[in-house]
Amino acid sequence: MSVIDVAVQDSVPQPRSKRVVNDFSIQVATVNGSGSQTANTVLLRSIFRMGVPVSGKNMFPSNIAGLPTWYTIRASAKGYVSRKKDIDFLIAMNAETAKEDVLTLPPGAAAVYDAPLKLDELRSDIVFYAVPFDKIVGEITRDAKLRRLVKNMIYDGVMARLLSIDMAQMEQALRKQLGKKEKAIVLNLGALKAGYEYAEANLEKQDPFVVEPMDKTTGMILIEGNAAAAIGCMMAGVTFVGWYPITPSSSLPESLIDYLKKYRVDADGKATYAVIQAEDEIAALGMVLGASWVGARAMTSTAGPGVSLMAEFTGLGYYAEVPAVIFDVQRVGPSTGLPTRTAQPDILSAAVLSHGDTKHPLLLPASVEECYTMAMDAFDLAERLQTPVFVMSDLDLGMNNWMAHPFTYPTKPHDRGKRLDAETLKRLGTFGRYRDVDGDGIPYRTVPGDGMPAYFTRGSGHNEEAQYSERPDDYANNLDRLARKFDTARTLVPKPEIEIVDGGGIGLIAYGTTHWAVVESRDQLKDEQGVDTSYLRLRAFPFTPELSEFIDRCDRVYVIEQNRDAQMLSLIKMECTPAQFAKLRSILYYAGLPVDGESMTADVLAQERGA
Amino acid sequence: MATTPVTPKPAPKKKVNRINLEPAAYRGSKTTLCAGCGHNAITERIIDSFYELGIDPTQVIKLSGIGCSSKAPAYFLNSAHGFNAVHGRMPSVGTGAVVANRKMIALGVSGDGDTGAIGIGQFVHLMRRNLPIVYIIEDNGCYGLTKGQFSPTADLGSTLKTGVINDLPPIDTCALAIELGASFVARSFSGDSKQLKSILKAAISHRGTAMIDVISPCVTFNDHVGSTRSYSYVKEHGESLSDVSFVPYFEDITIDYDPGTTKQVTLHDGSTLVLSKLTEDYHPTDKMSALRLLHESMSRGEYATGLIYVEPDKQDFIDVLGIVDEPLSMLDQSRTRPGEAVLDEIMESFR
Repeated sequence: MSVIDVAVQDSVPQPRSKRVVNDFSIQVATVNGSGSQTANTVLLRSIFRMGVPVSGKNMFPSNIAGLPTWYTIRASAKGYVSRKKDIDFLIAMNAETAKEDVLTLPPGAAAVYDAPLKLDELRSDIVFYAVPFDKIVGEITRDAKLRRLVKNMIYDGVMARLLSIDMAQMEQALRKQLGKKEKAIVLNLGALKAGYEYAEANLEKQDPFVVEPMDKTTGMILIEGNAAAAIGCMMAGVTFVGWYPITPSSSLPESLIDYLKKYRVDADGKATYAVIQAEDEIAALGMVLGASWVGARAMTSTAGPGVSLMAEFTGLGYYAEVPAVIFDVQRVGPSTGLPTRTAQPDILSAAVLSHGDTKHPLLLPASVEECYTMAMDAFDLAERLQTPVFVMSDLDLGMNNWMAHPFTYPTKPHDRGKRLDAETLKRLGTFGRYRDVDGDGIPYRTVPGDGMPAYFTRGSGHNEEAQYSERPDDYANNLDRLARKFDTARTLVPKPEIEIVDGGGIGLIAYGTTHWAVVESRDQLKDEQGVDTSYLRLRAFPFTPELSEFIDRCDRVYVIEQNRDAQMLSLIKMECTPAQFAKLRSILYYAGLPVDGESMTADVLAQERGA
Repeated sequence: MATTPVTPKPAPKKKVNRINLEPAAYRGSKTTLCAGCGHNAITERIIDSFYELGIDPTQVIKLSGIGCSSKAPAYFLNSAHGFNAVHGRMPSVGTGAVVANRKMIALGVSGDGDTGAIGIGQFVHLMRRNLPIVYIIEDNGCYGLTKGQFSPTADLGSTLKTGVINDLPPIDTCALAIELGASFVARSFSGDSKQLKSILKAAISHRGTAMIDVISPCVTFNDHVGSTRSYSYVKEHGESLSDVSFVPYFEDITIDYDPGTTKQVTLHDGSTLVLSKLTEDYHPTDKMSALRLLHESMSRGEYATGLIYVEPDKQDFIDVLGIVDEPLSMLDQSRTRPGEAVLDEIMESFR
């Protein structure tokens, strides 16, 4: 191998004895709108195709073009998919952020950079690889726009060489990404190879990071949570979608539209669904309630600001008992907040959204599989409970690529809930829309056009017959029945996942994407500190009895979540006994970045030392 | 309410319509609005219209927002499903309901505050979509249920009972509806039974959004001297554009009209609107002419009443969506859950 080291000015060679195999993170720092998404996905997928567990997280600005964006790829032989706190390998393509990006690297990290940036002068404890991207791309195409786009593929080629990524996998990943655009494939393949060849001829491997083939991703897929949820919605038999564009939710209805167009159109070209882009989120949920009221399986998808706008209609859905499925792909608030950053800050507001006494079931997916299954659960629960049901995803889950085993086809038929039919009517004698005939708080309902008795749906006070009423007993009876219905929900929602170690001890409670950092942190606590932890992953609100039992069994319990105000902890405290209350502690993350295991481990230990 | 579907009874002596239903089958609960309220008269005309058209009330859905007007759906067609939604948001609920069950006949009742203020956004988009729905504004120029504040349709210079003068110009919901794409736009007066009934029947027979602004005086808060929505003011300043007669598709046109002063409009279902004694320069199928007429009559302080604009064959929102003929709400799992091969194909795309 002929090597010309043009990058490292330091004449002292870096130690090469310790190889770090399949356990590092790569960060690509670019400018958004530069077309780096293709290159980043190809890099991610090619490592994945080598059998190495990966995760990819996009940290992008709320902007179309010109602002900094970072894409992080983590390879982890152990299968950890949460964010890794430190970056091991930087690809510095953005002049604006390059200096800070380099300065925040840990010692021993590596950095590929655009040669004119001269980053190697900044530090001596980093392995630098200078790559003259403009010079290389100039030999591939003269078209200025194309140059900008294919420039990114060059770093894929460089990384393939430096990390020993299989070029055949790179090419396959690229072909998958570009589909049938033959011209683009030729151009990008050229750039990929040019990057590889440049690295081969000019860069001496001096960092310890390397990818080696494994067999840990066999048969698996890479998918974003929003796409997974969309597939779940289609399989749930959604017939009506009302939505309004908002980050990070939009790709859910947009994926759904693509699938519905492909798979839910009759032979004569007519659709078995309707999707309406509404004038705002208020109208989106209004349409959903209208559609649901006549018996359609209806949904909307939004994020925090949309949830705020949907408050009034959610209260109507609760009180008039109209099913609705609402996806909240959470982002950082309050107000506009950080629209492209992740958090779990809507738990409390969604749980009790709207004025008056209201409570809503929340489903808490942690994985892309759960985005899929809980989408189906949500439709069943909404119709069974005749109430709005929230699916609390987040930006990290919804918009990033996650590994998963292929989803399994649903075997359970759609649960359309308690719909009155002739036989039931005969059994009951008369129809009372809001009468609790089964003792579970769930009344029977009819829909327009079903031939059953009509009723008047209203958000104002009503009695069992759905007639307007301001009588104290009618009001109280109705509210009590709604509370009873919510208790029934406890028996229907997904139960938590629980692992009890040594009869309890230190307990951790988390939900949603926080789970993945907990997985890693628990290993760190045990392997590095000898600290065992029990763990309960919440999957729904209202809580099931398992939560209370878990708290009882543990000595102290850390509720870990990604918001400032310990929102889930607040909900838990609302149902606690004083003894349980005293055991509860809180660990919180709210910087807009997905929580990492290392920080969590440190925070648990810090509180334990004070314990 | 807990009622069973009305089944036609073959009682020869009793008055029935063409589907053998008695007038009682079209009634609702007893009104709780003030005696003399214009809204009650509109309710009566709605009952008459559905009865005379012989429409099965179980095939109708009634929708409303919040306010005095929005209480009205409880007072007619008891065997129809009703939805009293939230303030100003009936259009979205109606949109979802109509799209999800295209077989139902939708009747929305709103007020001037419910439509012109809090609900103007949803109203605008409903008109724009040309959703098949009859949308009635029971327009009294004030908020009755909160005791008489001005609404956005109150005329400039009109006064409250307390003497407060309205210092903002009104929103003309008819002009707005025409501009935005509604395909049937009319204005009437709750006190003009004949005209209102003909317009209602035509609106029910029309395919697309039929927007009717019905001036409906509030006897309690807006019927005084100085109000431009009082019974006496409207009677004096109402300007009928034509006599409106409605001939349903199931009846023959038997009356002869002078062709020089008469215009016939054939609606999508084959029914006919016969407009006679036409005002000069009145062309109800010409958008610009309709808008000019509205502006001119408003500048004279008058209300032009009658059918203002109609576009009988405009594509409605259901057609735009390209959905199946049967109600989406009635599709079962075999139609809505794709097979396992579809899931396999999708999964393959993510490898």
